[in-house]
Amino acid sequence: MICLVVPALLLVIALFIYPLAFSLVTAFEREGAWTFANFTKAYDFYSLDIYFTVIIIGISTVLIGMISVAIGGYLTLGENPLAVAILKWLYRWPLFIPFIVAGQLMRTFLAKNGMMNNMFIEAGLLEPLQATSFLDWRGIVITFVWKQTPFVALLVAGAMASLDRSTIEAARNLGAKRLRILLQIVVPQVQQTLSVGLILSFVTMMSVLSVPMMLNAKTPTMLTVDMAFRINSYGDYGVANALGFISYLMTGVVAWVYLRQGVRKGGAP
Amino acid sequence: MIRNLSMGWFARALILGLLAFIIFGPLLNMALWAVTEKWYFPHKLPLEYGFHYWERVFRPTGHAMESLSVSIAIALFTVAACLAVSIPAGYALARRSLPWRSLFLLAFLLPQAFPAVAVYINIGKIFYTIGLNGTILGVVLVHTVHGLVFSVWISTAAFSAIDSELEEAARNIGASGLRTFFTVTLPLAMPGIMASAIFVFLESLDEFTGTFFVGVPDITTLPILLFTASMEGNYQVASITALILLVPSVGFMLFIERFLKSDVLAKVGG
Repeated sequence: MICLVVPALLLVIALFIYPLAFSLVTAFEREGAWTFANFTKAYDFYSLDIYFTVIIIGISTVLIGMISVAIGGYLTLGENPLAVAILKWLYRWPLFIPFIVAGQLMRTFLAKNGMMNNMFIEAGLLEPLQATSFLDWRGIVITFVWKQTPFVALLVAGAMASLDRSTIEAARNLGAKRLRILLQIVVPQVQQTLSVGLILSFVTMMSVLSVPMMLNAKTPTMLTVDMAFRINSYGDYGVANALGFISYLMTGVVAWVYLRQGVRKGGAP
Repeated sequence: MIRNLSMGWFARALILGLLAFIIFGPLLNMALWAVTEKWYFPHKLPLEYGFHYWERVFRPTGHAMESLSVSIAIALFTVAACLAVSIPAGYALARRSLPWRSLFLLAFLLPQAFPAVAVYINIGKIFYTIGLNGTILGVVLVHTVHGLVFSVWISTAAFSAIDSELEEAARNIGASGLRTFFTVTLPLAMPGIMASAIFVFLESLDEFTGTFFVGVPDITTLPILLFTASMEGNYQVASITALILLVPSVGFMLFIERFLKSDVLAKVGG
């Protein structure tokens, strides 16, 4: 039986594990010797971008979590069937839209003359002279949230739908407000699903090259753009892989926090 | 009471309206660009509409048609490669008694669990030394390893959802193992396998980063064409290309529940 798995496994080893090992070795090597030189250079040149990446993805993850809980919560606790149906139909649209397309959409939508500013001006919320382009860190955050929220919301809403409703009804009978039911009864029970969704989103956002390239063509920028730049402009695999190692570390820390949380609760992760 | 009720409706309509604007606004803005002939600051709407750019994109010598066929060819090869290794793997992994089963399942998740850019730059370097850089095969291989998690996990779930008594019945009336697999097991697992094939196809069609490091400049898929056009400031061509990529993505979103039955979905990753 195991031999049936071997071809697929060989593909992963040759095309993922081997390049990954290659990346780790290259990060710690220069001119044939083991060294941290790549890391010092990476930090000297790109420390600002490291913080920038952490902050952008951190803000995006928090926003995705909050909006997903709000959407899932309304789908589960909403009392108006029509509004629930509309929301259910509405929120999923960006789910499978590729990042590259989302990047292009936002490039037009968030531009100085884009539809968002025009709509604000029409609504009298903004003076035409105050209109600024959102094509900077805000554009990246908006695009990440726009693209990733449906995915996390889909997982969270699914988990909420399969909850035992008796606790919710009991709380409701005791007169608890819906927001309180959501935060104190529903969210703690779907926290596992929420964490998994957010971690997967975190890794996905760490891997996206197109969105920061298209929306933020200036410094500071995200690590993925720096890696591409080191390769395409200098062929500098050492520093690029050092930056890659730093991005592994970031996801590693997030995964570790999640696993530790699971252990502390005494449940399987 | 009535005042309260209408206030509630007002709040709901406002929030849903805002959400609709956030979700559809960017799509609408792109649709406008796709039919724009002339549009510059500070005009809020295009000055001239037309299909001039469509003609440019879709003419037989245009780049878009070539990129579209390259993209589809790569996606089909990727699906074929993924299914060829995933159907046997999924069949074996569906047996809970298989040693190291969860370790194997985890191995296929790895390519999606690491930030991909750093891995792709090294694949690019390795492929360069063995002459795979800038070839269709190279890009197909990169897309395949990325798609494996879907094809292996979903086909494992599809095989797990099959009632083993059906296979035993076939064996009992004298069918060989291979014959049982091809006449009973595989047809039963087919809907799940097709769903995984669609996932892999879409992943490959939309893939940008891997192609950027392994295929460019020799291979131009649709996402690469879109990126280049957008960076050159040619928003019309970029928007038309984005529209082509949107059709399968949105179609799949609307019909996903028909492809992935809940009995299979419940077993994914289990």
